[in-house]
Amino acid sequence: MMTHRQALEVLARHRGNKIVVTTMTSGGIWPELSDTPLDFAYLPSAMGQGPSLGLGLALAQPRGVIVVNGDGCTLMNLGCMATIAAQPAPLFVLIMDNGLYEVTGGQPTAAAGRADFAAIARGCGIGRVYAYATLEEWTANASEALQGVGPVVIVLKVEGRMGQKTPKPPRPMSEQISRLRDAIA
Amino acid sequence: MFSGAEVVAALKVASVTHVVWLPDSDLGIWDAALSAADGLSLIRVCREGEAFAVAAGLWLGGQRPIIFLQCTGLFEAGDSLRNFLHDLHLPLFFVVGVRSYKAHRAGASSDTCPLFAEPILKAWKVPFILLSDGSAAEDLAAEYLRAEAGNRAGAVLLAE
Repeated sequence: MMTHRQALEVLARHRGNKIVVTTMTSGGIWPELSDTPLDFAYLPSAMGQGPSLGLGLALAQPRGVIVVNGDGCTLMNLGCMATIAAQPAPLFVLIMDNGLYEVTGGQPTAAAGRADFAAIARGCGIGRVYAYATLEEWTANASEALQGVGPVVIVLKVEGRMGQKTPKPPRPMSEQISRLRDAIA
Repeated sequence: MFSGAEVVAALKVASVTHVVWLPDSDLGIWDAALSAADGLSLIRVCREGEAFAVAAGLWLGGQRPIIFLQCTGLFEAGDSLRNFLHDLHLPLFFVVGVRSYKAHRAGASSDTCPLFAEPILKAWKVPFILLSDGSAAEDLAAEYLRAEAGNRAGAVLLAE
C-alpha cells in the first residue's frame, strides 16, 4: 500500500498540462507538490461533487481534467460514475481508497473493505478503469493511465491517517477561480 | 406550459450552451427538442446535486450552462447549491418545475412539494421568478439574461 503523498507524487510527474482538481485530504498535500493556476483545490466543497465539477470542466475545454477524490466522497455521489460514463470527456478520476473518513476522526466508511470501486466504475460503463494497490504498480502504469481517451477512473489503495483536519486551500477560492479561468481562457 | 421548440428558442436567445438536467414529467416533454437542438448540449445527471457541480465546471470553463430540475431535486441538491452559489459565488441559473403547484392552489392536492419550493429558494437566498399560465418561454430567457447582467445566480419556478 502507498501513502496518500506518495500517490500524489507519482501523479505530479505525469499530470502534463491537465487541470488538477483536488478534494479533502489531497487538497492539503497537492499544493506542496504543485501550485500553478491549473491546480484547483476544491475547498470548501460539497462533499462528493469533485468528479461532477471536473466533468463540467472537462466538457468545457479540451486540455483534460484530473480529479483526486476520496472513497468517502465517491460514496456520497456514486451516481456520478454513470453520468461520467455517458460523456466522452477528457476526465481522469482518481479514487484514493483508504476505507475511512480521515478528517472526522478516522471512522470507517460504510463500504470499507467491501465496495470495489473499480467494479462500480466498470459497471456504470466507464471504459477505462485501473486499480493499483502498490506504489510500484502505480508508478509503472501512471503514464499510460493518465493519457489517452477519457473518461478514466483510477482506484488507488492508500494508507489512512488518523488525527487529520480538513485542510485549508492555498489561497481564497475567488483567487483560485480567477487564476484558473485566466489560465484556460 | 411551454413546448420544447419554445424552450429551445428561448435558450438560444440567452446563448445557453449546455442544459444539465434531471427532468420531471412536465420538463421531460422537452427531451426530444433539447436533444436535437443544434449548438446545445444536453447532459443527463443521476441526482440533482451533480447538476450544480457539472454546471459549475462548465461555467468555470467558459460555457453558459442552465440547470433544469424538479423541486424535489432542488431539495435534494441543497448542499451542492449552497457550496457553488455561496462558497464559490458562481452565477448559476436553474429552472425548477414545481410539482402540483396549480392543484395545490386549487385545494386539490395534498402534495407537500408546493409548500416548500418558494420558502426553500428564499432560504437559500436565490432570486427567482414564478412562471405560470400566461407566461412565455421568452420570460425564462429574460430572467437568465437579467441574472447574468447582475453577475448573480438566479432561478425560475415553473408552476406545474
